[in-house]
Amino acid sequence: MDELLQFLVSGVVTGGIYALIAIGFVVVYKSTGVINFATGELMMLGAFFAWTAMAVAHLPFAAALLVAAAGAAAVGALVERVVLRPMLGQRPISIIMVTIGLSSVFKGIAQVVWGGEYRSFPTIFPRRPVELGPVVLPSRQAWPFLIAVAAIVLLAALFRFTRTGTAMRATANDQATAFGMGIDIRRVFSLSWVLASVTAALAGVVVGIIGGISPQLGAVGLRIFPVVILGGLDSIGGALVGGIVMGVLENLAGGYLDPLFPGTGVKEVAPFVALVLILMARPWGLFGTREIERL
Amino acid sequence: MTSPPASDLILSMEQLALSFGGVRALAGVDLQVRRGTISGIIGPNGAGKTSLLNCIAGFYRPQSGRIVFDGRDITRVPAARRPALGLARTFQNIALFAGMTVLDNIKLGAHCHLKTGVLSALAFTAEARGEEEALREEVERDIIDFLEIEHLRNRSVASLSYGLQKRVELARALAMRPRLLLLDEPIAGMNEEETEDMARFILDIQEERGITVVLIEHDMGVVMDLCDRVTVLSFGEQIAAGTPAEIQADPEVVRAYLGTSGAGVRRG
Amino acid sequence: MLIGNYKVSYAADQAIFRTPASRAWLWVLLGVAVAFPFVAGDYFLYLANLVGIFTIAALGLNILTGFTGQISLGHAAFVGVGAYATAIAATRLGLPFWLAVPAGGLAACLAGALVGTPSLRIKGLYLAIATLAAQVILEWVFTNWTGMTGGIRGINVAPAGLWGFEFDTDRRVYFLVAGLAAFHTWAAANLFRTRVGRAFIAVRDRDISAELMGIDLFRTKISAFMISSYYAGIAGGLWVYFAKVVTPESFPLSLSIQFLAMIIVGGLGSIKGTLFGAVFVTLVPEGLRAVVQGATAYSPDAMSWLAPMKDIVFGAMIVGFLVFEPHGLAEIWNRIRRFFWLWPFPK
Repeated sequence: MDELLQFLVSGVVTGGIYALIAIGFVVVYKSTGVINFATGELMMLGAFFAWTAMAVAHLPFAAALLVAAAGAAAVGALVERVVLRPMLGQRPISIIMVTIGLSSVFKGIAQVVWGGEYRSFPTIFPRRPVELGPVVLPSRQAWPFLIAVAAIVLLAALFRFTRTGTAMRATANDQATAFGMGIDIRRVFSLSWVLASVTAALAGVVVGIIGGISPQLGAVGLRIFPVVILGGLDSIGGALVGGIVMGVLENLAGGYLDPLFPGTGVKEVAPFVALVLILMARPWGLFGTREIERL
Repeated sequence: MTSPPASDLILSMEQLALSFGGVRALAGVDLQVRRGTISGIIGPNGAGKTSLLNCIAGFYRPQSGRIVFDGRDITRVPAARRPALGLARTFQNIALFAGMTVLDNIKLGAHCHLKTGVLSALAFTAEARGEEEALREEVERDIIDFLEIEHLRNRSVASLSYGLQKRVELARALAMRPRLLLLDEPIAGMNEEETEDMARFILDIQEERGITVVLIEHDMGVVMDLCDRVTVLSFGEQIAAGTPAEIQADPEVVRAYLGTSGAGVRRG
Repeated sequence: MLIGNYKVSYAADQAIFRTPASRAWLWVLLGVAVAFPFVAGDYFLYLANLVGIFTIAALGLNILTGFTGQISLGHAAFVGVGAYATAIAATRLGLPFWLAVPAGGLAACLAGALVGTPSLRIKGLYLAIATLAAQVILEWVFTNWTGMTGGIRGINVAPAGLWGFEFDTDRRVYFLVAGLAAFHTWAAANLFRTRVGRAFIAVRDRDISAELMGIDLFRTKISAFMISSYYAGIAGGLWVYFAKVVTPESFPLSLSIQFLAMIIVGGLGSIKGTLFGAVFVTLVPEGLRAVVQGATAYSPDAMSWLAPMKDIVFGAMIVGFLVFEPHGLAEIWNRIRRFFWLWPFPK
């Protein structure tokens, strides 16, 4: 029983981080219709920004987070303006491939700037494990999880209570009407990329604290697909729920199935099997919008 | 008014009803089309004209009622099977395939009458080659010449004017070898010359080829000139049907039109 | 459109090579292709084989993605299915290569039908994500179905042989690869001279009106998936006799992306473009390697820059083409052709 609880809790921890990554992805999809394959690489860049601020410039952690956010925001704005905007209205294949191309460029640049080897963050949090009732979480999981939760809460508040958030939601619902209401759509597009990049950077820092940083960190970006398909590609609440569910599923599969198939990494593949099943049963996910065919 | 014998009818609808989540698009429409005629469907915007056409073409499935085409109940026949039965249509908002040339768009219309399978296509067997050559001849002789679009053959459809695109759409529908041709606003947005050309083509299609035509159109002059019979829809209901002259004299039709901001009944 | 190129029969107008110049080019190309193995060194033969195998795979992907509009992020996995099926047919069943390679094609074709089945319900980005899942799952199967695939150690395969002739060097494999690449290019071009290819394009451009034109959407999409993965499977089968070994890491997601890059750089929905793209995307990294190798004379650790430079150039190439030349090399070729058609007269 304790074992199950342990799996569930580490599932929720993983899931909270997935949720954060997925939210950045959904923000861009919801307001611009772009499937952002560069999410993982934006995370990686954010993590390196924060690492550089701490390890090279010896800034405190909070300042490093700000540096990461600012750097990512600049990258996001630049990418939207220079690459994505000229692509508006192109076929989905082009949009997908342009973000894949960007991810390759980011990975290459990171290797040039920071080299290919693994790095880890300087110690930030107390090493003492965090105890939550019967469950014990190692410090380097518990604290990043808390950062992820804080970031999610912050983002939700931003969407709910600020004018910009309202404008973004309106644009996502109906671009034409939003335009008619005087909302500057281009600004909203740009903002979504900035917001998504900042979110990705925070997620990157979180992932980097747990597992170290390298130019390969972006590979974790692939994991968001099961999450966003479960939650619904255009639902922020869905990203949250999908993240937690997939995190738990992954950990349960790892805990109970891995011993049956030793050394196979069932954990890695289980979410994708789930993804296929969801697509067959309910492609728009739990909370996504069902597309309606029109002639 | 006596109803014509069944064998004389190419299309008949009985009590056709269609609604979208509580919004009634068609409320029990009865429509009968006689073989070899041109029928017009008119009515103010939102009257259900295009919905009716979509039901005939199979894009919408009516909640109740029956559609009988040439003696066969097609109410439940999937849309993709209907062209093979002899139903063809054009679209209100032009639905050509932008990535293909004019010629390929037209050839595509004949899709359901061709047989080449994947393997014989890959190998371009003698049968496949023969079928393509025969199709090309048919298209050149019966369609491209007829619609006077020889000069457009190898143009990409995206580069054509609106009027010419409509003409290519008609060409594609003819390549479907229809017995019943459904035209959704065939002359909307055309200039006077293009309108005259299109009207002439529609008449020729009926007179020379014996193809039955059902068309939706807002231009009353053209409808009254071309059609043997006109049906008027308003809010999904059939409010009148008859010859152009009868329709023009019908007080209810006049009321339906004047009651909305739609086009008034006028000649020319 | 080229002016002054009149045809007197419909058959001539429907030929793949419609102008005397393009037929002349074809003969030149054939001559070069036949002479190549007798003059080229080992490294260039190795590259030529790689290009040939990738051409077949990329043709398959362009049929599915470029012509039919169904995005696949799992094409490399189908190449893998073909490779494993070929290797297993050759080693376990002892089939000769001329049966083992088609067996690979067939196996991949069936896998493609399976993965394509959801296209009945899902489309666009959702289908792309489904193919991504197929890539991840198949890769996992390659690695972990040890009894069948040999796990990470893979399967070793003896060279292809025919009447005592062994295709044991890159020079000899070249004939196999070049022959099959030419054959499959011809077949792909044929496809788009018939109703089958027209239906593919119609489904890509406007699926709903295609359906109302009498095209069975599901059958069309499944056909595209099957042809596409058959091509992938043949490429995989050839890969086996080229590399003489099959291992799971030969078919990663990054290879799927490389195939997509080929058809984008070459031209989506263009057979000719696929050939350009396969050559270009395969050779650019090699050119980069040559440049970096040259740079070692000045900076001894220049080779460490190769990997990141490859990533950057690869990504920039995709982005650059999509933003500045979305119709790819095929369109550049057409522009040059139109220019010289009327040369020396100005346009």
